[in-house]
Order: sequence, then C-alpha cells, then structure tokens
Amino acid sequence: MMLEVRDLGVRYGTKKILNGLGFSVKEGQWLMIAGPNGAGKSTAINAIAGGIDYTGSIRFEGEEIRRKKPAQLARCIGVLTQSHPVSYSFSVEEVVTLGRYSHSAGFLSRRVEGKDTAEAVNAALELTGMTKRRGQSVLTLSGGELQRTFLAQVLAQDPRLLLLDEPANHLDPVYQKQIFDLIRDWLKTPGRAVISVIHDLSLARAYGTEILLMNHGTALACGTADEVLTPALLKEVYQMDVYGWMRELLSQWN
Amino acid sequence: MPVNSHKKRFSAADYLLFSVVTAAVLCLCVCAGSVTIPLKETVNIIRQALYARICMLFGAPASLPEGTAASIILSVRLPRVLCVAATGASLSLAGAVMQGLLRNPLADGSTLGVSSGAALGAVIAIAFGITFPGLPFAGTMTMAVLSAFLSLLIILGLACKLDRSLSTNTIILIGMVFSMFVSSLMNIVITFAADKVQQITFWTMGSLQGKGYSEALILFGALLLFGGILFFHTRELNAFAIGEENARHIGVNVRRVKLVLLIAVSGLIGICVSVGGVIGFVGLVAPHILRMITGPNHRRLLPASAFGGATFLMLADLAARMLLRPRELNIGIVTSLAGAAVFLVVFWRAGRGK
Repeated sequence: MMLEVRDLGVRYGTKKILNGLGFSVKEGQWLMIAGPNGAGKSTAINAIAGGIDYTGSIRFEGEEIRRKKPAQLARCIGVLTQSHPVSYSFSVEEVVTLGRYSHSAGFLSRRVEGKDTAEAVNAALELTGMTKRRGQSVLTLSGGELQRTFLAQVLAQDPRLLLLDEPANHLDPVYQKQIFDLIRDWLKTPGRAVISVIHDLSLARAYGTEILLMNHGTALACGTADEVLTPALLKEVYQMDVYGWMRELLSQWN
Repeated sequence: MPVNSHKKRFSAADYLLFSVVTAAVLCLCVCAGSVTIPLKETVNIIRQALYARICMLFGAPASLPEGTAASIILSVRLPRVLCVAATGASLSLAGAVMQGLLRNPLADGSTLGVSSGAALGAVIAIAFGITFPGLPFAGTMTMAVLSAFLSLLIILGLACKLDRSLSTNTIILIGMVFSMFVSSLMNIVITFAADKVQQITFWTMGSLQGKGYSEALILFGALLLFGGILFFHTRELNAFAIGEENARHIGVNVRRVKLVLLIAVSGLIGICVSVGGVIGFVGLVAPHILRMITGPNHRRLLPASAFGGATFLMLADLAARMLLRPRELNIGIVTSLAGAAVFLVVFWRAGRGK
C-alpha cells in the first residue's frame, strides 16, 4: 500500500473540516476525490501534503508523514495547488528548476545543480508544452500557462505520489485533455500514484481508477466509478439528481 | 517585456563591474567634502597608509602619511565612508530578503518599523544602563539585535493573522501600526530617562558622522557573517518569493529557513542601527532599482543589492555633506527623500497592476 489514511481529523478553530476520513491508494492507481463544495476535499489534499496539523494517521509506505523531513516528504509527495499567486517576474524556467530543490537540499549539495537537474527541467517543460516560453516572466502568463508552469515544476520534482487540486482549473478543453492524458502516461511508470480533487464527474469517470465520494468531511463511498457514481449515492451527496442531469447534458450531443 | 533573459548566476565579470563602480564612488566620496582633496593625492595618501600598516604588521619601520589632507582623509573621511558603505550594503541586503520573504516590494526595515524597533532596543539599553563590562558597544548592540528580531516576529505574526496573501495594503498597515506602537514605547522610555534625551534622539535620526575604524570593523564583520548566511539561502529565498505554500511543497523546511533568515536580517539591521541609528528606506530603494537590472532571482539580486546599497548610501551621505555646505544634513533625511519617491512609484505600480 502506498498511502494509507486512517481516521483523519482536521479542525479550524472549533469547526471540524475532516472527521474520521479513511482511504488508501495503491501503486498505479488514480484516485479521484469528488463531492460538493465544502466537503473537505482540498483540506484532505493539504493534510496529505504535510501542510496542516491533523489527528489520526497518514502513512506513506508505512511511515507517518509528519515524521518525515520536508525535503524527504517532497521527494515522495508532490502537490499542484489550485491558485498560483506570483508577485515577482521569475522566469518559467526558474520556477520549474525550483522543483528540483528536494533533490539537492543538503548543506553540501545546495549550490550544485547537476546535469540531471537540467534534464528533468527540460523534460518537464517539454511534457507540458512550455519549452518555448521557458524564458518568459511568470507575471505575463495566462492562467492556463501558469497552471502548466507549476505542473512542470511538480513533474520536475519527480515525486512518487502526485496530489492535484482541481487540475482542470483555468484550462481550455484542449489543454484539459492534454494534461489528463499526460498524467495518465506519467502514471504508467511503476511505483507512481495520483490523487486528484475533481468536480467534473465525467472526467473522474474517464480517467480515475477509483473514486472517493466525500461529504461533510468524511468518506461516503469509495470504489470503482460504477460502484460509486450511482444515481442514489449522487443524489444523497449533492441533494440533486446529478446523474440524470449528466445524462441529459450528454444526450444533447448527437 | 515578454522575455525574461536574465542569467542565473552573478558571474565574475558582474562582481568586477559592481566592485569597480563601488570603489569609484568610494574614492569620490573620500575626495569630496568641505575641503576637496584632489583624487591623485587621496589615492596616494590611502596607498601610503596601507603600505605603512602592512609594514607595521610585519614589524618593519614605517611612518603614516602626515599633513592636514592626510589627517582629514585618514581619520575623518575614510572611516566614515567605510561605515556608510557597510551600512548601505547591510540595510539593502536586509531589505531585499524581507521583500522576498513577504513577497512584497514595499517590505523593508524602515517601512515595517523593524529599524525603529531596533532603535527602541538601543534606547532601552542606554536609558537603563545595560552594558557589558569591557565591551563598549555590546549593550546597545545586543539589545538592538534582539529587539529587531522581536519586531520581525511580531510583524510576521501580524501579517499571517491579518492577511495570508500579504497584499501591499496589509504591509503598509502593519508598518504603520507597528511604528506607532514603537514610537509610543520610545516616549515612555524617554519620560523615564529625561536626562538622556539628547543621546536618545540620535538613534531616531541616523547619522554616521564621526565614526571610526572600530565601528567600520564591526559593521563589515556583521555584513560578512549575516550576509554570508543569506548567500547560502538564495534558493530558499527564491522559493519564498514565489510563494510560501509552494516553498513547502517543493521541500523547503519553511520554519527553520525562516528562522535562520530572520536571525540574519535582525543581525544586519540591529547592528547597523546600534552604530548609525535609523537610516530609512535604503533597503527599499536599492533592491528596487537593482531588481530591474538583475531580475528577481536572489542569486543575482543579493550580491547586486549589497554593492548597490553601499553605492546608494555613500552617494546619499555625500549629498548630505555637500548640499548645504558648510552645514551638514542628516543622512536619514536624504535617504527618506529618495525613499519616499521610490515608495510612491512602487505603490503606484502595484495599484495599477490590479
């Protein structure tokens, strides 16, 4: 088992955001986390990324993540967040190169950026289609280009588990397809897994190997798309006939 | 500006160029003054003095250059200009680091009130007679560094609680609130030590008039030590400047690195303030201008800011000495004039950016 989450609890002040959440991810799996706004999906991602205090346990290959050093954790788990506030005119390449930080974070190796850095950076730029914009300032990029820049950064980081918070944000259909196909290819290398938060249920069905349906900070159902995306469960979670609406939307495409 | 073609490193040629400019400005500042001494004579005197010092070091007989010009240069202008250069470099580095940490080009020791906080520490040390026997500056210096560190902690704490995205308005607001808080504390201290008011007002209006070689040595020592620490953290600074959350995700030990950077920044600001009092806006003006030349990458920005800050403050000091000859302006007044202008430009740009 790559990632095992048990009885996960997170609270902001007195408000419980996550309450007894549990699930697990194996190598080669792409877990899609779906659920209504405020269900705690992003918080779950944040906790696994080591960004907030939690109760319960999050184990990466049997080791509790809060015991890991930051650079060690970053070599295991990479994160792509929803928004990317940038305030200085760093170049795309500079941002992507920082993704290699955890591979040379030690005191002696800190100023060395070896050949593998350049290779990883070039490969990540190429995969995300940002090679010809590598010298451009991030302040001048569109939302989609910024999203791809930070995706390139996390690909250069070369983690084993990739956490994506709404990866389709800011992207037009062309790039949505490109990025989802790219991540599916990335996943083909053994020893990797992906968890993504997603609102678009058809994307979740098409690309996810498992789906976790969350509501009120806990897991309502977890399994394959056919097991989880049922009319009854969707109605319970969203308080609306989502299943029927999805079918109706699709039926208009003849 | 579509293409950001800045180089990654600060190359040897860049170092040479910046050193030459800084050295040229240093010579100019030593030559010029109420009595202008020709460049050739100045260089001669400094060379002779250096030679004599080196000879004395090895026990060989030698004599220091004599005469009015030599004594003006060696015992008045040179130590002062050296102090000014070290202070400028230190404050500029501290400003560049704070701007990276807070992701805002308006963050600086003076705009946020860290310098005033350090001055408060120095003033408390004077008013209540905190000294270490045998070390003349140690009391004020320790207190200044400690209170600069405390100020930074309070400011960062406030910034986190008030607005995690750290917008320009938040930075200005925090600076204003904190400066007001510090100045009221300062007034409380003054009421307790009314007999030392004159000494105390020195700290609030910076000046490096009459400073000697021992102060210059302390300033350069601090610059070497704390600046060195900063130079080892340029990648982490880049990560912070892109975003603290992103820094954590790529594996930066956010808490530890932040602590190290804060200690280095308070060391720089605290020691500068304990020697020369509050000299505002140096850390705002120099990094802002240099960022336009070198780009935001701290690998280039930090060395450039150190040289640029030294040059800027030496020129400001020259202006302070020359503008109203034979009267001398306070150096803080000159930097504040320049700082106010740059502050407006940055603020205007930030506002237009939205």
